[in-house]
Amino acid sequence: MIDLKGISKIYGQKKVVNDVSVSIAKGKVTSFIGPNGAGKSTLLSMVTRLLDQDSGDVLLEGENILQSPSDKLAKKIAILKQSNNLDLKITVRELISFGRFPYTKGRLNDKDHEIINEAIRYMELEDFEDRYIDELSGGQRQRVYIAMTIAQDTEYIFLDEPLNNLDMKHSVQIMQILRRLVRERNKTIIIVIHDINFASCYSDNIVAMKDGEVVISGKKDDVIQKQILEDIYEMDINIECIYGQQICVYFDEHKDASVDDFIEDQVHLRV
Amino acid sequence: MLDRKNNRLLIVLSILTLVIGGCYILYQLNFDILFYQLPSRLNRVVTMIIVGTAIAISTVIFQTITRNRILTPSIMGLDSVYLFIQTVIVFIGGAQSILLMNDFVNYIASMLILVLFTVLVFRYLFKFTGSHVFLLLLIGIILGTFFSSLSSFMQMLINPDDFLILQSSMFASFNAINESLIWITGGVVLLMLVIVLKDFHSLDVIALGRDHAVNLGVNYDRKISQLLLIIAVLVSVATALVGPIMFLGLLVVNLAHEMFRTFKHRYLLIGSTLIAVITLLLGQMLTQYVFKQAVEISVIINLAGGIYFIILMLKESRR
Amino acid sequence: MIHKLFRLDIMIILLIVLSIISMFVGVVDLAPGDLFDLDDNQKNIILDSRLPRTIAIIIAGASLSVCGLIMQQLTRNKFVSPTTAGTMDWARLGILIALMFFPTASLLVKLLFASALSLAGTILFMQIIQRVQFKDVVFVPLIGLMLGNVVSSVATFLSLRTNSIQSLSSWLQGDFSIIISGRYEVLYISVPFLIIGLIYANQFTIAGMGEDFSKNLGLNYRRVINIGLLITAVITALVVVTVGMLPFLGLIIPNIISIFRGDHLKNTILLTAVLGAVFVMICDILGRLIIFPYEISIGLMIGVIGSFIFLIMIFRRVKSNA
Repeated sequence: MIDLKGISKIYGQKKVVNDVSVSIAKGKVTSFIGPNGAGKSTLLSMVTRLLDQDSGDVLLEGENILQSPSDKLAKKIAILKQSNNLDLKITVRELISFGRFPYTKGRLNDKDHEIINEAIRYMELEDFEDRYIDELSGGQRQRVYIAMTIAQDTEYIFLDEPLNNLDMKHSVQIMQILRRLVRERNKTIIIVIHDINFASCYSDNIVAMKDGEVVISGKKDDVIQKQILEDIYEMDINIECIYGQQICVYFDEHKDASVDDFIEDQVHLRV
Repeated sequence: MLDRKNNRLLIVLSILTLVIGGCYILYQLNFDILFYQLPSRLNRVVTMIIVGTAIAISTVIFQTITRNRILTPSIMGLDSVYLFIQTVIVFIGGAQSILLMNDFVNYIASMLILVLFTVLVFRYLFKFTGSHVFLLLLIGIILGTFFSSLSSFMQMLINPDDFLILQSSMFASFNAINESLIWITGGVVLLMLVIVLKDFHSLDVIALGRDHAVNLGVNYDRKISQLLLIIAVLVSVATALVGPIMFLGLLVVNLAHEMFRTFKHRYLLIGSTLIAVITLLLGQMLTQYVFKQAVEISVIINLAGGIYFIILMLKESRR
Repeated sequence: MIHKLFRLDIMIILLIVLSIISMFVGVVDLAPGDLFDLDDNQKNIILDSRLPRTIAIIIAGASLSVCGLIMQQLTRNKFVSPTTAGTMDWARLGILIALMFFPTASLLVKLLFASALSLAGTILFMQIIQRVQFKDVVFVPLIGLMLGNVVSSVATFLSLRTNSIQSLSSWLQGDFSIIISGRYEVLYISVPFLIIGLIYANQFTIAGMGEDFSKNLGLNYRRVINIGLLITAVITALVVVTVGMLPFLGLIIPNIISIFRGDHLKNTILLTAVLGAVFVMICDILGRLIIFPYEISIGLMIGVIGSFIFLIMIFRRVKSNA
């Protein structure tokens, strides 16, 4: 259980995050959604101590995270930010091994190697564990970084836009792995995500933000509501139930006549 | 398997260092003046080991912190400050000044001022610029320009005889180094080395960048200011002992990267230290036997390092 | 309030006033009233020293500032200038080589050589910064400064062999007191280049947006870049040869103007030129007065005042970002 109490961050005059209080349940996938500039990533950075907040507290199971030592925290929470461009000569296996650093400070024992092997298997990276990371594709690299956080073996895993630059196949793959981590290992996963339908299909809880404030937070079915989403994104959004999943359809915005015709024509053609 | 190859490489480099060091000590040894020549050569070799270690270690750490391979700690204006100190001494006291004539006093004074300068720049400005290391460097460079403007103005006013004496401190030299200073510097460098090696694994993590390092439990900001302090001390004592050698660090650390092809600081730290010592030995042999002391060793190394730098940049830009 | 002062007319008036003052500051007493009743000595002083000096200050200050502005437009980086791109070091190396290997050649030949070398150096710099991906804008000037250091270590190597370090180091130090008639006229060559720069101002801005962007607007990208490089290299070489190094000038003047008047080159390029001249003039007059009857060289004055201003600029930037 993580409690945010009145978190704010101010850059110059602008309140990027404004007095956010929200609770994150344990053993669930919680997604942060909202338009660009809503303050999601900034909030995530503050919760994971990458960035200092200007006011407010983050309580991890009742303990203020700024009061606990950083190396102890690294065994409880893992954070993966979105841009990961390393120009180091480092192999997949070596990078994943860094996940064990909080426990070993660099001196790996047999148990650590076992955990690393397991993380590699979990993310299906056996075939290129000895390749250098700069030789991999974006999707493969993202899997390597997630494997590193798995090797870190923390209860809480934070991911900042893990699907960025991934195609559909890899996106689905990553989201399924996150669900598996919750199911099989009882991890708590917190992600910032742009694709509202991925959030809807794969999360337990959703926190919706706008202009630095939390608009609503709750079970996903309570948040994926037409009125709520239209307020947040300021556009027409229809929600359809397909195969039991709530899917948001937001392409046929009825405002521009020419675009309207285009979409209508296609609908007719298909019918 | 890469590690095994790198271990072998370290052994080869160590042997090479010993062989070249041995050659330097024994080459054309004149038995008539053995008691003069041998200690003086030994002194030089020890000095080179100390200076090579200091420069190599500080540059490796510096490049890890700034996460790039083309900057060296001396561009923050340390060399200019050192030259400024020497110029002021000659300008005020003349060439006969006790500060210039007495190695010991000069060394202590230079070292203290250099450490003070760097610590001031680092500690104060680091708070101000946050973790924005490049900005920090730029400020250092500007201060460097400021000091070199002052020194070159004073140098114009100094009479040419005094200038010739000043000129000798403008270039690093391993000749006639005061023995007790060697031991003091050696002690300081050793101390820093122990601190660095005790925790060299966290350097590997810092190389991943701030976000990853914090995530993995490194107290990043504190660690960085500690490391910057170590760099400041290492560069300062080396410069105060022999004078400025700007491009040595750049040269040897990049050679180490090329040879070892790894991010692991175990290899980078030891490897670049060995390469630095070899480079200094070869440079010294060149000055002594090829150029017959007409050219200072730092000029040769700066030239080689500088040209290597341009090649490096061109290679980078062709990628 | 203060930005009202940065207007072209005010600056030109200021420049004229300062130029007049500059004519009457010096070891030999000269009052404005004497103008109508000059003895031979005073006439000589005015024609051979004071007037050339004043003209040299105006040309050098204006043209170096414009150089900085052009380089900043071409690289889209506010930290680039003839100092931080190593152009000045190349020019100095060129002069040194010329002095060593063909000492009997005329000044013009030496100058051509120095210009060619600084052109080559600046092109090298531009090649590097255009192709290498940089994480941070501040990285670009750091590269340039390192490159400059490489070049000056070559210069040091050469001058050490000929024992000319002290004279080299005084060359490094910008100095207007050496400007007398007969020694500065080559500086006039930079005037046409300056004018070309003014004409091309708009196109430099577009070229700075990148090759694809300029092609889209139908601009001959390569040609504009080449013209920009040629202008900056020639002007820088000319100034280094006649006056010496004036550190930071090309950096701070365009930046000050940009803070107060924005980045539209059409509005700012003339202003940059005039402010550059005013700034150098003030520094030079101060340098002549502070330890009168001796002189503090302009290189030192600009080095000190310039680095001070530059630091303030950086701090302001950090504050507005934080």
